[in-house]
Amino acid sequence: MSTRKSRTLKVDYLARVEGEGALFIRLKDDNVTEVQLRIFEPPRFFEGFLRGRRWTEAPDITARICGICPIAYLASSISAMESIVGAEVPHPIRELRRLIYCGEWIESHILHLAMLHAPDFLGYQDALAMAKDHPDIVKGALRLKKIGNDIMVLLGGREIHPINLRVGGFYSVPTKDELQKLRPDLEWGLEASQQVARWAATLDYPDFERDYEFVALRHPKEYPLWEGRLVSNKGLDIPLSEFYDHVVEEHVARSTSLHSSMRQRGTYHVGPLARYALNYEHLTPGCQALARECGLGPTCNNPFKSLLVRAIETVYAYEEALRIVNTYEMPDRPYVPLEPRAGRGYGCSEAPRGICYHTYAIDDQGVILDARIAPPTAQNQRCMEEDLAALVPQFAHLKDDDLTWRCEQAVRNYDPCISCSCHFLKLEVQREYSH
Amino acid sequence: MRGVKKPKLAVWKFASCDGCQLSLLDCEDELLTVAEHVDIAYFPEATRAVQKGPYDVSLVEGSITTPHDAERINKIRRMSRYLITIGACATSGGIQALRNFADVNQYIRIVYAHPEYIETLRNSTPIAMHVYVDFELRGCPVNKYQLIEVLNALLNNRRPNLPTYSVCIECKRRGTACVMVSEGVPCMGPVTQAGCGALCPSYRRGCYGCFGPMEVPNTAALSACWSNIGVQKDDLVRGFRMFNAYADPFRKESEVHEHA
Repeated sequence: MSTRKSRTLKVDYLARVEGEGALFIRLKDDNVTEVQLRIFEPPRFFEGFLRGRRWTEAPDITARICGICPIAYLASSISAMESIVGAEVPHPIRELRRLIYCGEWIESHILHLAMLHAPDFLGYQDALAMAKDHPDIVKGALRLKKIGNDIMVLLGGREIHPINLRVGGFYSVPTKDELQKLRPDLEWGLEASQQVARWAATLDYPDFERDYEFVALRHPKEYPLWEGRLVSNKGLDIPLSEFYDHVVEEHVARSTSLHSSMRQRGTYHVGPLARYALNYEHLTPGCQALARECGLGPTCNNPFKSLLVRAIETVYAYEEALRIVNTYEMPDRPYVPLEPRAGRGYGCSEAPRGICYHTYAIDDQGVILDARIAPPTAQNQRCMEEDLAALVPQFAHLKDDDLTWRCEQAVRNYDPCISCSCHFLKLEVQREYSH
Repeated sequence: MRGVKKPKLAVWKFASCDGCQLSLLDCEDELLTVAEHVDIAYFPEATRAVQKGPYDVSLVEGSITTPHDAERINKIRRMSRYLITIGACATSGGIQALRNFADVNQYIRIVYAHPEYIETLRNSTPIAMHVYVDFELRGCPVNKYQLIEVLNALLNNRRPNLPTYSVCIECKRRGTACVMVSEGVPCMGPVTQAGCGALCPSYRRGCYGCFGPMEVPNTAALSACWSNIGVQKDDLVRGFRMFNAYADPFRKESEVHEHA
């Protein structure tokens, strides 16, 4: 094959991800000697300036960590604060919380799978170029995405940084009739999202699997969104309070985002593949049947097929949203009034791209003394690097441009949100050949 | 306009959450039409394709927080005919400007095990403190319809038609009862620029100032109102120190109470 001794591939800024980062890959005789994801997202120090703020301010402040998944930050911080005071919210409030999270999953999953990730599989630079050849797919995706945003607007006030969630519940809640207005669109969306999943099943997926430690929330009765225990397929089964007993965060020079790994076992994987493998039995029979029709078993170890799993989860989110809209009864009051007490609390929710973990300590006046946040993309950093190390030798025969694109696609498998993780992407591949 | 090429649009990111540029992708009904009228030449969040500058319009999201970014914004200015900042980070320094009131080195030690790997500036500053800005679009996040209005205005060689009055006017227009008067809820609306449609009060909560100071805000009068409904000094400081903490009128008012 190649007679060249060394090759260097470079992309200055990895596209179709949220945030700023770079990738560096060094190859010697088609063997990978080094893979580094470099995150150069400027640090913003949320955990620093949260100290001294009120416990009720954490949701709106931490939402600003990520404009793509603000509900994840609102949910995790609200849960953490409520756990400090032992609050229980009434059933309808819990249902509305699941509903708005479904809105975020729909919006984020469709944006990623149809507009940011699918172009890689079909050989387009972006969704706008793809729209010229596949107008029905892109237009359908835009409408599906908009319905997710409509849920966010109705319950949250706006799509990005919703204003209506608070510790204890909501500032105001919709009437039954107001919620019912979503129904025709949700019914259309359920059907249309099933078609998207069938279309996603026809894409050409690279033959690539790895043995991951999947970590996700698990709840006894439902597919996880806002709550559950943290579990893995390699024996982890812990309450939220024990997260940092099992997970180590490491600060490395190439990243303003902390690297996470599991004590003793190492790298783990969060996101749709993990949720799906650990909670398959809680998907609706309809989603399970659709997954089988799309060629998925109860576990999927091919990270490229995360696109397909996102499509299945989008169908689930539409089903769940319809269930909630159809059974909702307006609560007596929009929130439970709560008084602070000194203590530490833990919150974790399933952001579209994986678990978003928060812990806070507050004093008896409700002033935050300490805050620690583990965003999903930070937790997946090592996993992305290891995927690339395994993937590059398999595709080393590709021309530089094609190999580079394949690597970018592999990073996008994780729907990385770098703004979030900074706590990512210039892509650089160096090849060296010995004599 | 025969023979005229479509204007080239670039979207740039500095320290931010990505939410304001996502607003463009959230224009589900308008996105394909916008793409017919402008040439999306640089927008990494949405496309791998990169066209070289110069650009007719640069949308800039985020604040300046690193020495590298302070250089980069100057290069972007030189490549751009119009430079528009989008959102609270780019127009006032954003939530990360809370560092400007503290010792950033202490924050680095709180968050990172190896402070020596972190390169950051003492302050998070708005884009206009570094380069000339043609128009500043407010909000945390921006209102997507205001974003389309700004693009539309530029394409048609006119000034964007956006209000600089307070959120109070929007409440009156929608017929929302004043949350501060009727329920004693602290509200930043009287000193905050309109643009969100008075969202928070319509959900029965006080405005938290995410569109930044209105044209001539009477912050002292608002502080007096808040004190009258029982807001303590520390919470007055916190009220002005949110997403536009480093905007001059809000910064000064917060400092008055911090040192009182």
